[in-house]
Amino acid sequence: MIEQRNMVKVGMADLNIITEPGIIRTTGLGSCVGVTLYDPLTRIAGMAHVMLPSSSIAREGTLNKAKYADTAIVALVERMVGAGASSARLVAKIAGGSQMFQFAGAGDTLRIGPRNTEVCKQMIQDLRIPLLAEDCGGNHGRTIEIDRDTGILTIRSVQMGVKEL
Amino acid sequence: MAAINQFQEFEMDILKEIGNIGAGNAATALATLLNKPVDMGVPTVKRVPFEAIAESVGGDESIVAAVYFRVEGEAPGNMFFMMTPEAAKQLLYHFNSEVSCEHLDFTEMECSTISEIGNILAGSYLSSLADFTHLKMFPTVPGFALDMAGAILSYGLLHMSHTADEALFIDTQFLEGQNQVQGQFFLIPDPDSFHVIFEALGALS
Repeated sequence: MIEQRNMVKVGMADLNIITEPGIIRTTGLGSCVGVTLYDPLTRIAGMAHVMLPSSSIAREGTLNKAKYADTAIVALVERMVGAGASSARLVAKIAGGSQMFQFAGAGDTLRIGPRNTEVCKQMIQDLRIPLLAEDCGGNHGRTIEIDRDTGILTIRSVQMGVKEL
Repeated sequence: MAAINQFQEFEMDILKEIGNIGAGNAATALATLLNKPVDMGVPTVKRVPFEAIAESVGGDESIVAAVYFRVEGEAPGNMFFMMTPEAAKQLLYHFNSEVSCEHLDFTEMECSTISEIGNILAGSYLSSLADFTHLKMFPTVPGFALDMAGAILSYGLLHMSHTADEALFIDTQFLEGQNQVQGQFFLIPDPDSFHVIFEALGALS
């Protein structure tokens, strides 16, 4: 019997949390970074699919906090604490931030993956959340999911197969 | 600059026409390369929220062979030529019957060949647009990737993402007579380019 598991999906420039048994996943991370936070005691897991490093370059009307590294992680912590997690217990794992295409001529876009990773890590550090594991960089896409029961982050990619963090 | 969610219907029609002209030329170029008839679908202009991008390109983790170009010039943007790995192998097989279609991994030479075919098609797409709009547009060196469609396409959305939560892309499908080679063109103009394109076509009063 294949167990039908509860799955919460996180889209691009989106964030969500899971409080019931199941997994939370996001697909097709390229230069985007998937940030996952986990509270081992309440077993609340959260995930953000961050697209850009900084909201200071935003030109949109209403700011989508989930899109930017500097706003998404703070917003995710708020969501999780609101659901009963403790910010002092949170641990982080991140994946993504690759450079999908490598050639000159794309300007700043070229380095967006590494920049996303840098800012995510800085924000995690600033919030004093231990970064337990990461799988960042390279030039391949990733799909990631975190199991709410165990806090294990599973990473799938076309070129590198499956790995667990 | 108009927000992309405020475009009028006639502006959307103009963008479809842009797809029609560009992809029509590219399809003709492909037919010449293959020496076979190539049909193309009616271009669609898709407005897709970022969170739904993965679904819009064939769903979760669908693997595609993609050639990416940054479009430079007066109306900059991003351009993708995407195929399933099977279709890409079939395309290569047309040029070299020694290509194995059973294995879906690509040699360096095969990647390079697909990039070059993509280059020819993108060049014909853009040159027809340039003729039509009198705007200078030219593609950069192609980049090739065999990976998840969402991860690839998101790279082309970064310029759009500074201003919007949804992407607007001009999508055209084409297929060779026996349906073995199917592909898709995505043209994703930068936000500031829409105005330039509309103005060039006299659509702004």
